[in-house]
Formats: sequence, structure tokens, C-alpha cells
Amino acid sequence: MSNKPDLLHGVPEIPAGSVPHANGCDQSCFLGERPDPLSYKEAIQTVKNWFRANSLWVIAYGTGCGSIELRPLGTARFDMERFGIAMRPTPRQSNVLIISGYLSIKSLKRVIRVYEQMPSPKWVVGLGSCTINGGMYWDSYATMKVLDLYLPVDVYIAGCMPRPEALIGGFKELMRMIKNGETKGYIDYIERLDWYRENQKQIIKDWDLPDYSW
Amino acid sequence: MSLAIKIAWSLLNVLVAIAYGLVTYGVVRKTMARIQGRIGPPIYQPFIDLGKVIFLRTATSHGVMFFLGPIFRFVGGVGLFLVLPVIVGVPALENFSFNGDLLLAMYFMFFGSLGMALGAAEGGHPHSPIGIGRGLSQMTSFELPFGLAVVALISVGGSFSVTEIVQRQQELGGVLGWNLFQQPFAAAAAFLALLGMNMYPPFNIVGAPQEIPVGPPTEYNAVFQSLMMSGRSIFAIAKTVMFMDLFLGGATSIPEAFLKTFCIYMWTVFVGAVFPRFRTEQSIRFFLGWPTLAGVVAVLLPLF
Ligand code: SF4
Repeated sequence: MSNKPDLLHGVPEIPAGSVPHANGCDQSCFLGERPDPLSYKEAIQTVKNWFRANSLWVIAYGTGCGSIELRPLGTARFDMERFGIAMRPTPRQSNVLIISGYLSIKSLKRVIRVYEQMPSPKWVVGLGSCTINGGMYWDSYATMKVLDLYLPVDVYIAGCMPRPEALIGGFKELMRMIKNGETKGYIDYIERLDWYRENQKQIIKDWDLPDYSW
Repeated sequence: MSLAIKIAWSLLNVLVAIAYGLVTYGVVRKTMARIQGRIGPPIYQPFIDLGKVIFLRTATSHGVMFFLGPIFRFVGGVGLFLVLPVIVGVPALENFSFNGDLLLAMYFMFFGSLGMALGAAEGGHPHSPIGIGRGLSQMTSFELPFGLAVVALISVGGSFSVTEIVQRQQELGGVLGWNLFQQPFAAAAAFLALLGMNMYPPFNIVGAPQEIPVGPPTEYNAVFQSLMMSGRSIFAIAKTVMFMDLFLGGATSIPEAFLKTFCIYMWTVFVGAVFPRFRTEQSIRFFLGWPTLAGVVAVLLPLF
């Protein structure tokens, strides 16, 4: 952890071998920090983090049985909108990707594309034991087992399946982490893209994704 | 009043209108939540959302027109607001209204959406053109009753100037002097068209989140989105100011202006809270039906 760049103190270095973008924009574009001269100041960073934590936009995408538990969050009983959490239907406008349960290898491809298209800073929430260790699909040929190997997960919510209260608890934890500047998964993904790619390619046999889905 | 001071006042008006639009949107979200039995987000939630998207960094680019789309939309909203007098008789709040501003206002109402259509289409996302197609066809159909209502107002009032239309209503005096009661058919056509303009249900097919993820803005994020959010709020306020001037006799004081615009805006929200969504052809049929008929009656009635 120690050699990871510190978000509180400026823009991290761009790792060697970054994928250049057609517009002359490399991976640093996704590191999330607008290069403004004030960004070294912790105060500004704190304000930014406060805004980010209080306006979490979740991409409406469900992978496993856990996505059933996402729906009640919008209803009167649980009402996630009171925390500023809203569902967005497009990855371009979302900050949080919830992997809601088992993730089939087919979906993993789509999830990778969606994750890479989201603007930084972005966070991944693993919902249910299936994302932690495979859960009751631990010996399935069709699902991935440990989500951490393929995407940088910030918060895990254990259970099979976790109740909506647990999900709200997970969101609260994520908000706390964002406010404290503890979430660096999206930086890790850029820094160790090769490692993630290797793992992804190991289980996606018919790999046909671009170098990076801009 | 010198031009420099006038520009400064207008800038201030625009900023206030944006903030007011955002607060209104917060109130709308809260209202919808309460109607659905939820607690709902705080009223200042749109400000948090706006702040967040401004701090985001985008790496998507699809060409020049893609950048210009949200700017056109924003300019359309600001332009519409700037040609309308908020309070007639108070120079600081009259913005840049002039003779014939009603024509320019009608033009600005289309301008933003057209720019947005060009920009979003360049995004190349298949859902954007679908949203645009739906949006423009719906817009064309509600422009008809609204246009007829405006023609009726112009022919009765004999003026293209919003200021003169407001003065005429205020000279007639009292609530009954408003065009809402003087020309009920024109008012009916226009207020039904407003339902389509504000794009709350049943006319929110344009940005249907389920089948065509938010429609035209699908590809926009970060600064683009912040421009669109502020553009939408000022556009909403400009439209309500226009309706206040045309039908509710304008305003004589600032609290009155706030109250009237808020009531006009909430009319569409309350209708939206209880209706499901129309399909595109259903909404077109709706606008070409009773609202257009009311508009035709409003235009023909003074002839007899
Ligand atoms: S953790 Fe349980 S409920 Fe969740 S996806 Fe896996 S099997 Fe389904």
C-alpha cells in the first residue's frame, strides 16, 4: 500500500506503458484529479470528497440474484435517495458499480467495459458472498470466484443474500471512506492494469475487448 | 441606465435564475418523494450533484459539435431568459426586452434543443438519436398549440412585445385582467403545451431511463453535464417567467414573481406525479387534439 500515490497530495504519476488515447489523452485522464493549482490543498480535496460522497450515482446494472435487493432501495421503505444515492442508466454518468452477486464470465466482459467507461473517481461495491469467494457457485465453471482479481473492489457486503439494510450500511461505509479519501481502487486499476488484464484474460477465453474501453 | 450596469444586472438575474431553478428542482424531487411516501433527498441535493459533476474529469470527446451541444442548450436558456422582462417597470429586472421580443423568445425555445440534437447525435451512441427523434417530434407537436396561443395573444393585444402584453393585462386591472381569464382558450392551449415542454410524465419519453438510457445526454458527463444541469434549470425558469408574463399578468414585486413562477412550474409537476408515461405517438396525438383545438378557437374567436 505504501508505494501507492496519495490522492490528498496531488496527481499521481502516470505509470510507464500507459495506453495512449486517440485525443492525446492518456490514462492520467482517468485518475480523476482536475489539474488545478489548488488541488494540493487538503481543504479543496475535502470539499470535493464531500460533494462526491453525498452524490453517489449508481449504474443500474444487475448481475446476480443480489440485484433483487437493489430494487427495494428505491422504495418508500428504504429510500436511498435521502442519502443522495440515485440510479443512473448510463456508465458515463455513474460513479458506483455494484456487482450484485455471482458474475458470469460472459457478464464480466460487459462489466469491464462498463467500469472502464465510467469517469473517475469511481468505486466498486461487491455485494454478496459470491463476489468474495464464489459463494455457493464456488465450483461453477461459468462464474468468476474472487472479484478482487478482476476489478478493484472498495467495499464488500457479505451475506447470501444481504438485506437492503446491509446495502445501505455498505453505502454508508463507502461514503465514509470517500470523505476520508481512503478509496484508491480506481488508481490501483490504472497502475496495475497489466496485472488486472492478465487475470481477466485468464478466464475470458474469447477475449475481444479493446486495450482500454474509453 | 447605462449599458454596463444593465449587463451587470442581467448577469445577476441569470445567476439568481440558475440558483432558483436548482432549488425548484430540489423541491420537485422532494415533492415527488413525499407523494411516493419517501423521505426524499434534501432540497439542496441538486447543488451537491452539480458540484460533483463539475469536479469530475472527462476523457470522452466526439468532435467539436459534441462540445457545442450543451453550450447551445445553455445559451438557449440564457437567451430566452434575457429577452423576457421579469418585472415590468423595474429597469434592473427587465433584462433586454424590446419590441418584438416574443418572436425571438419563440426562436430561443427551439434553439437549445436543436443544438443539443446536433451535439448528441455526434456522440454516436444509438440511444441518443432515438431520444432526439422522440424529443423533436414531441416538440414539434406541442409547439403548434403554443404557437397558436401566442398568435391569439398577439392578434388581440396588437403587439409583439412581451412588455406591452404585460402592461395591457395590468391596465385591465386585478386578477380578472390576466390573459388566463381574458383569453381562456389561449391559456388552455399554452398550459397544456407547457406539460410537454417541461417533460415531466406523461411526456417524459424523451429521456426514458429504461429503454434509452436518459436519451440525448447518454454520452455526456462531467462539465458537459454540469452545463446541461444549469442550462436546464435556467431554461425551466425562463419558460415559467414567459408564462407568467403572457398569462398571469407579469409581476409587480419580487415575491410575487417567485410565487407565480413556482405555481406555474408545480402545475406540470403535480400532473406528472399522477400520470404514467405516454408513448411518442400518443403524446403527439394528444397535443394535436384538444390543445390544438383550443388554440384554433383562441385564434378564431376574436374574429367573430
Ligand atoms: S451471494 Fe447468494 S444471493 Fe448473492 S448472488 Fe450469490 S448465491 Fe445469489
